[in-house]
Amino acid sequence: MVDAAQSMTQPIRARTTRSGLRKFLERKSTIAFFMALPLMLLIAIMVIYPAFYSLHLATLNKSMQRFVGFGNFTFLFKRETFWMVVQQSCFFAITAVIFKALIGFVVAHLVHNLPDKGQRKWRGMLLVPWVIPPAMSTLAWLWLFDPSYSAFNWILAQVGIGPIPWTGDASWARFSVILVNIWAGAPFFLIMYLAALKSVPEQLYEAAAIDGANWWQRIWYITLPMMRNIIAITTLFSLIVTFANFDIVRILTAGGPLDKTHLFATWAFRIGIEGNDIPLGASISLFMVPILAIAAVFILRDINKRGNEA
Amino acid sequence: MTTVTLDKAGPSRKIGSMSRDRKWAMRWSYVFLTLFAVFFLFPPIYMFITSLKTSAEISAATNPWWVYNPTLSNYIELLTSNQFLTFFKNSALVSIFVVTLTMLISIPAAFALARMRFWGSTTLATGVFLTYLIPDTLLFIPLFKMFATFAQWTGIELINHWWVLIFVYPTLTVPFCTWIMIGYFASIPKELDEAAIVDGASWLQTLLRIFVPVALPGIIAATIFAFTVSWAQFLYPLAFTSSVDQQVLPTGIITTLIKGDVFNWGQIMTGALLGAAPPLIIYAFLMDYYISGLTAGATKG
Repeated sequence: MVDAAQSMTQPIRARTTRSGLRKFLERKSTIAFFMALPLMLLIAIMVIYPAFYSLHLATLNKSMQRFVGFGNFTFLFKRETFWMVVQQSCFFAITAVIFKALIGFVVAHLVHNLPDKGQRKWRGMLLVPWVIPPAMSTLAWLWLFDPSYSAFNWILAQVGIGPIPWTGDASWARFSVILVNIWAGAPFFLIMYLAALKSVPEQLYEAAAIDGANWWQRIWYITLPMMRNIIAITTLFSLIVTFANFDIVRILTAGGPLDKTHLFATWAFRIGIEGNDIPLGASISLFMVPILAIAAVFILRDINKRGNEA
Repeated sequence: MTTVTLDKAGPSRKIGSMSRDRKWAMRWSYVFLTLFAVFFLFPPIYMFITSLKTSAEISAATNPWWVYNPTLSNYIELLTSNQFLTFFKNSALVSIFVVTLTMLISIPAAFALARMRFWGSTTLATGVFLTYLIPDTLLFIPLFKMFATFAQWTGIELINHWWVLIFVYPTLTVPFCTWIMIGYFASIPKELDEAAIVDGASWLQTLLRIFVPVALPGIIAATIFAFTVSWAQFLYPLAFTSSVDQQVLPTGIITTLIKGDVFNWGQIMTGALLGAAPPLIIYAFLMDYYISGLTAGATKG
């Protein structure tokens, strides 16, 4: 509108500035910038700002009116629960990822052995845990672990084994949350490994068979080296997701019994949202950053390496 | 039987034993696969079994793995309850809006990052990937506080409204979708868009007329991903919504069907199964897109 009015009164000058502006707007990089602008705004406002804001929050006192520096962190270091959560988070993530990777690897090989026609059907069935929203499937597990009506305990009772306190006893509860996490996460590994297995050239195996390699040698000298990249990146991805897990522990045990199964995420929720101590909750969740940073560095290195190869 | 053939056939022995090995390997594969399939499938099956039971049967000391008096009463009760339908409606609305918003943001951005260079575009592409690695569990506390502060400044209350989730979920979906769309767009031959530009098409036309149709499988995969993530998200609604009428399915089932210490397991399992149904149905029909989206994220780029 303004532009139009200007061009009426001052035709010549307006045309030059307008064409300058138009040229700027028509430049490829300008268009590209505007196309990517919503993405940048979203990341800046909803991810980067909150991430730094939580650093700021972590330095405040509970009512968020006074700066306490590292007060929240020193307070955490003195609490036994904190060290328990650190221990449990690491134990949970490492154990679960190892088993997910192992199960995924084995099952991917089993599916890969099948004739092509049958593979689709089996793959479809084996991926179901990954499709169901974790909050929903964890409810099924919660019911399977029910203290009085556990369907597992019913089976065990048939063979004469006494009831197991799946979520009632600290060690069993730790076992249960890891089991459910493995159940929900193994299909991800399965599908990634299956895709990787399909990309290994068949000739390599034929050559190895002619050279008289047994199946163990074939796995060790062909499959594993060919899949190394996928295994590394899948494991790192899964490590991040598992380490930051919330749904399963929250629904299954809510951190109990006696805070023995809390992870950083669930404990931060308990303290920050339920306990109304936002700064302390923010401090707890910040402890997830180091492991995320380490994993991110490795993943980025891998991506850059592959970018150079291509 | 087997030893006889082994001794008798001299020259064909090697081939015979190999194919027999394969046959045995196949049999063992089936045995172990069945075991794993049982492990992976029994929780949803048990959900279904429980959903067909009455409360009386659930608390009876009979075999929990069998339904003696199947009934659909749990389904009827839930599907006629306004509360449950509200959860369903909220979930559906949030997911539809989030998917639309995600596509509107990530497709142009991916196009710009894959094809049109501008200052800092490579850094931005890496940054998009890094944001994908930042989990929701790190952001929910600062976001909660940000929303509270926003309400103090403007008087617009964001906490405890289902629609706030529409603005929050894209942080989970957009980075991943952009990332896989960059991969898909980058795999389109450069000649295609160069020809379009030479013929006088604008960049927007190139995107809409050429890239979107060609990369449609990738867009479908990204759409499915965005839908699944927003349908399944649990932490954000748990932190940001509390009234019953503002809940989405995952939190709604957990907070309303569990009343104190009374667990109505028949209804909880029915609700969980109904909540898992939309992704499962999509998965049943579009499995290949589902899988290509998942693998593209980590293998491309």
